[in-house]
Amino acid sequence: MAATEKQPVTGAGPFNGILTWVDRRFPLIQLWREHLSEYYAPKNFNFWYYFGSLAIVVLAIQIVTGIFLVMHYKPDAAQAFASVEYIMRDVPGGWIIRYLHSTGASAFFIVVYLHMFRGLLYGSYRQPRELIWIFGMVIYLCLMAEAFFGYLLPWGQMSYWGAQVIVNLFDAVPLIGPDLALWIRGDYVVSDATLNRFFSFHVIAIPLVLLGLVAAHIMALHEVGSNNPDGIEIKKHKDPQTGHPRDGIPFHPYYTVKDTLGVAVFLIVFAVIMFFMPEFGGYFLEYNNFIPADPLKTPSHIAPVWYFTPYYSILRATTEDFMWVLAAAAIALAALIVLSVKSARGKIGTAAGTAVLLAGFSTLDPKVWGVVLMGVAVLIFFFLPWLDRSPVKSIRYRGNLYKSALAVFVIAFVVLGYFGTQPVTTAGTVVSQIFTLVYFAFFALMPWYSRMDKTRPEPDRVTG
Amino acid sequence: MAEKDPDQGKRRFLVAATSVAGGVATGAVGVPFVASMLPSERAKAAGAPVEADISALAPGEMMRVEWRGKPVWIVRRTRDMLESVKTVVDKVADPRSERKPGELTPPYARNEYRSIKPEYLIVVGICTHLGCSPVDKFRSQPESFDPDWKGGFYCPCHGSLFDLAGRVYKNKPAPDNLVVPPHKYLSDTRIVIGDDTKGA
Repeated sequence: MAATEKQPVTGAGPFNGILTWVDRRFPLIQLWREHLSEYYAPKNFNFWYYFGSLAIVVLAIQIVTGIFLVMHYKPDAAQAFASVEYIMRDVPGGWIIRYLHSTGASAFFIVVYLHMFRGLLYGSYRQPRELIWIFGMVIYLCLMAEAFFGYLLPWGQMSYWGAQVIVNLFDAVPLIGPDLALWIRGDYVVSDATLNRFFSFHVIAIPLVLLGLVAAHIMALHEVGSNNPDGIEIKKHKDPQTGHPRDGIPFHPYYTVKDTLGVAVFLIVFAVIMFFMPEFGGYFLEYNNFIPADPLKTPSHIAPVWYFTPYYSILRATTEDFMWVLAAAAIALAALIVLSVKSARGKIGTAAGTAVLLAGFSTLDPKVWGVVLMGVAVLIFFFLPWLDRSPVKSIRYRGNLYKSALAVFVIAFVVLGYFGTQPVTTAGTVVSQIFTLVYFAFFALMPWYSRMDKTRPEPDRVTG
Repeated sequence: MAEKDPDQGKRRFLVAATSVAGGVATGAVGVPFVASMLPSERAKAAGAPVEADISALAPGEMMRVEWRGKPVWIVRRTRDMLESVKTVVDKVADPRSERKPGELTPPYARNEYRSIKPEYLIVVGICTHLGCSPVDKFRSQPESFDPDWKGGFYCPCHGSLFDLAGRVYKNKPAPDNLVVPPHKYLSDTRIVIGDDTKGA
């Protein structure tokens, strides 16, 4: 009987009795200790470590505001647009709840992109944290799905045509594409049926999966322990008496207090945006989305919301001419792999794979490859733990090669993002094509440059 | 635990049989859920042909008709516009409508102007790339997307260009020409879209 062996709860004043009662029937104190009061996190967390807890805060904002929006919103093609305007104008407090939700969507991506960038800076995805990274990437995919489904709901022009374009991406899948797109839409065009199912995905299906993944992400993190800006394991040096890492401090109260400061600053910025510029110059809420959906007329300039635009640029950059460049890049990469791998099977496999790829390039439309490249641009993050061959994790001890590569990658991401918001021009397409190559080169060449890089020795214990 | 369990084989068989039966049942239960996302009978029935009256359409103008939830464009082409269709032959990817002939261009429109009567162009106004509706840019003048523009359609989503016969320009994201819907003339000023059967 485990319950009888437990010590009574102390230190909670008048609540000791009730908490002891609960703890005898539920692992309350055990959870508290494992995840907060005795979860030892490295003592050298810096600015970049705010964004994990901020992501949870934004998730909470989205769930709470979402619950209240659903009380007034109507998922019906004939009423959806008007019901959002009704929320904005007639529902008491409706406008603030709606702007919290729409600003929250963009805030979520800002926070998550910075959180991911932290991973790139300090090698947080490296062994033994591969699974944390993978759970995180699946969360990112869910967020993209959530944002996409949610964006259809106001049934504005951008909602409608954005959904039309993205669903038609599936149309490019060879053989089953048209049927697959039909199945997703539930109609021959984006219509009431599409709106209803997107509503279902947005309010229940994806959030459920998201919550489960967040739990898995944190459980995996607390199993292996947090990385830190030095990229070294604090568990190597434990106090022999207590068994706790010498460079670790309990998450509570040290990091709960630090993160509370982060949340306060974040909420100030968030409130300023929400109250004074909720549309954020057309980046958070696009102007065309204040026009009801018109299936007969595409707005003269259509672009996804900013967080999708880097991928959108890659999609647009894939033209017939660019296929030749891609073919050359594929051959060059294959040659590099063949020269680097030792096993004959690896060489033959690479050659065969490249041949199949080139055959695909010449037979399938560039449209298909645009969609494939866009998908690969997202999914390639999953492979980071295995692409990175550097002996050190943190950027602090890496050489100039990785530092430059990361800087160029960030520039490519931002430039692609910028051009994704702009109308198509010949020059813009060429720039997008160049940075599409840069984007993929960051990942594809990583096994080589991360190993060649001149690294500095890691310290034994964490520094400042 | 006995050192040799005589029931081990039987157990393994039962576990496998239960798993298979359960798996089949789960798969079968999934069928109605997957099927429920297909177009409903009501959605399928909504594809009836529509009629359009083109008597008020002036030369050089375009009108839009909704058919199966999609825009269908009817353009009354001027002599200059028809001339431009000839001059851009080298710039378009499929000048003679040879790709996927059954899906994109019915036999009666598989000609130089992709129409029954050269004067009237009738196409589905949905880009064959990702389904945006292109914008009409009929004026023959230098444009940001093409300094040598002869007039046609520009897709704002991904920059595909189509000429005044709905033919896609080379080296653009869209792979195919705009779809010519099945249609026929009831009289000189009335067109039915979605039906091209002879008679009546």
